Amino acid sequence: MMKILKYSFYDLIRSRWSYVYFLFYLTLGFVLLFLNNDVSKAVITLMNVIIVLIPLIGTIFGVMYYYNSREFTELLLAQPIKRSSIFMGQYFGVAGSLTLSLVLGLGIPFGLYGLLRSNAIFDFSLLLVTGAFLTFIFVGLSFVIAIANENKIKGFGYAVLLWLFLAVVYDGLFLMSLIVFEEYPLDTFSLVATMLNPIDLSRILILLKLDISALLGYTGAIFKKFFGTDLGFLVSMAILFLWTVLPILGLRHKARRKDF
Amino acid sequence: MKLDLLHMKFILGIICLMGIQMGMAHTWTVCTTCENSSIKEAIQQAAPLDTILVQKGTYLEFEILVDKPLLIKGIDYPIVDGEKKGEIFRIQSDGVTLDGLFIINVGVSYTKDNAAIRVVQSKNFIIQNMVLEQLFFGIYLEKSSHGKVYHNRIIGDAVDEYNSGNGIQLWYSSDVEVRKNHVQGTRDGIYLEFSDQIIITDNVSMDNLRYGLHFMFSNNDVYSNNTFENNGAGVAVMFSKFITMKNNIFRKNWGTAAYGMLLKEINDAEIVGNTFEENTIGINIEGSNRIDYTDNDFIGNGWAIRVLGACYTNSFKGNNFLYNSFDISYNSKLNDNVFEGNFWSSYTGYDLDRNGIGDVPYRPVKLFSYVVNRTPETIVLLRSLFMDIIDFSERVSPVFTPDNLQDAQPLMKIRP
Repeated sequence: MMKILKYSFYDLIRSRWSYVYFLFYLTLGFVLLFLNNDVSKAVITLMNVIIVLIPLIGTIFGVMYYYNSREFTELLLAQPIKRSSIFMGQYFGVAGSLTLSLVLGLGIPFGLYGLLRSNAIFDFSLLLVTGAFLTFIFVGLSFVIAIANENKIKGFGYAVLLWLFLAVVYDGLFLMSLIVFEEYPLDTFSLVATMLNPIDLSRILILLKLDISALLGYTGAIFKKFFGTDLGFLVSMAILFLWTVLPILGLRHKARRKDF
Repeated sequence: MKLDLLHMKFILGIICLMGIQMGMAHTWTVCTTCENSSIKEAIQQAAPLDTILVQKGTYLEFEILVDKPLLIKGIDYPIVDGEKKGEIFRIQSDGVTLDGLFIINVGVSYTKDNAAIRVVQSKNFIIQNMVLEQLFFGIYLEKSSHGKVYHNRIIGDAVDEYNSGNGIQLWYSSDVEVRKNHVQGTRDGIYLEFSDQIIITDNVSMDNLRYGLHFMFSNNDVYSNNTFENNGAGVAVMFSKFITMKNNIFRKNWGTAAYGMLLKEINDAEIVGNTFEENTIGINIEGSNRIDYTDNDFIGNGWAIRVLGACYTNSFKGNNFLYNSFDISYNSKLNDNVFEGNFWSSYTGYDLDRNGIGDVPYRPVKLFSYVVNRTPETIVLLRSLFMDIIDFSERVSPVFTPDNLQDAQPLMKIRP
């Protein structure tokens, strides 16, 4: 598995996409800091980018990589290697290189602008951790979709649809149900609904750690109580982890049964 | 002639008496080992206009009645310990000065508003350099006027609203100056009820259970250069007219019902040069008319300004709105207020003629704030992509937000 992981990783780096991705974040980081000149404000702006772009890029990269390396995968399958290690290796290669680009791309400019001396360091590392989680989650989901669909167009379609659903449509439905059922106590419902979507969960996690938590004091007492405490933080991290593990298990399951 | 002589004698007598008094303006010293070891006794012995010096030490006394014009001065902060038995100083005379005492342990009562210092129907009093701790009510001015409350330190340890008192309370008082006081850990830091022409400056009011400063039915008052931090709900100004609020700082009033400033039924006020920083709600406005909001800074609040109905002819000019989650929130479709020449950090317009004023009007009310007003739980969707898209489309063509609610001349650069 490590060999395949390494191979996938170097393959991506050679194909320069990792560089492009890395440079994108590097530029973004520098531009944000240059315009804002204030680390904590830049972190807020960055959050918007992270919770929307990272899932999108993760999804598209995952699907693209799987379809592109299909022939190579078939070649590997002919070798005496365990199926799970082939797919796991590819998955971790892609997700790992994307995460590395993200962490380095954002870490370097923020590090240069004196993040280490600022007290925004915790917010920022939380941002990176959730970003990494989102990358792993969405690459995993897209691998599952790609492996389930022979047809490239269909696979792409489903993957983008999945992103669209989780990033936009889900919130719309969430909002609608909150408004329709406004007469009822909705605290627990909104808590559960947030947990069920990794993008929402990451957004709330970051929001609560930033200054805007003042805002959630307004009505979201239960939110503050849950996410504001160490227990809530650990639980939501655990759920993000679960979100990462589930697609991986799905991927193994699909890979074992698929007839190539 | 006889009458005249009598008259002369009388006048002479008065002059003599006054002369005696003037000449005798005596200084009494109270200390734990002296002949006078009680403040109460010293006051009884003293004649009007005398000075009582209280030396360093601890005096277990309460219900000290000051019924003549005296200067009572503590040296090196002597401690007056009320042993939680009741009120400590009660001033019932014009021209009393209290200076430099350390008063502790005011009795808590559920039927009487026991205060460390109560001033009753008196004029020209000065209360300065006092330290009050473990108190129920701190300084309570009752139907008094023309006095000064200067440079006192009031530190309470209030836990519940029902069994705690206010730091400085003014009730039916007028023409009082409250300056440079530090009030913390009480129910209301400074509370005014039916008190007019009060000047409140340079005070710090923090960590109070309810409000940092609270106005009720008080008119023509000024408060300026004060700092209100981390109170239950900042400053509440209610049912009052002609209040001037200048250069105050409202910080970190967080909570489910916390405001920097709460305005309820306030008319003809002026709010100038204040800073609202990191409050859940910067200013909460209800039923307030003809108020000028000028040159204020709203930084990093949840809501900078929240308008709840029946607010007419207010004007918002030259304010800075920086990084607030919501700049303005309305709950009606009607708008009769003017927004002009403010700086909005989320303004995205351009300035082609380079006159420093944006060419496109700014709409400070987001659709999302309407949704949140209706269903508070929807706040969970703050900063989600879906809400941003909806807000954007609303901004392009307003349907739910008042059409004329806009800043037609938004500043391009932050007002210094």
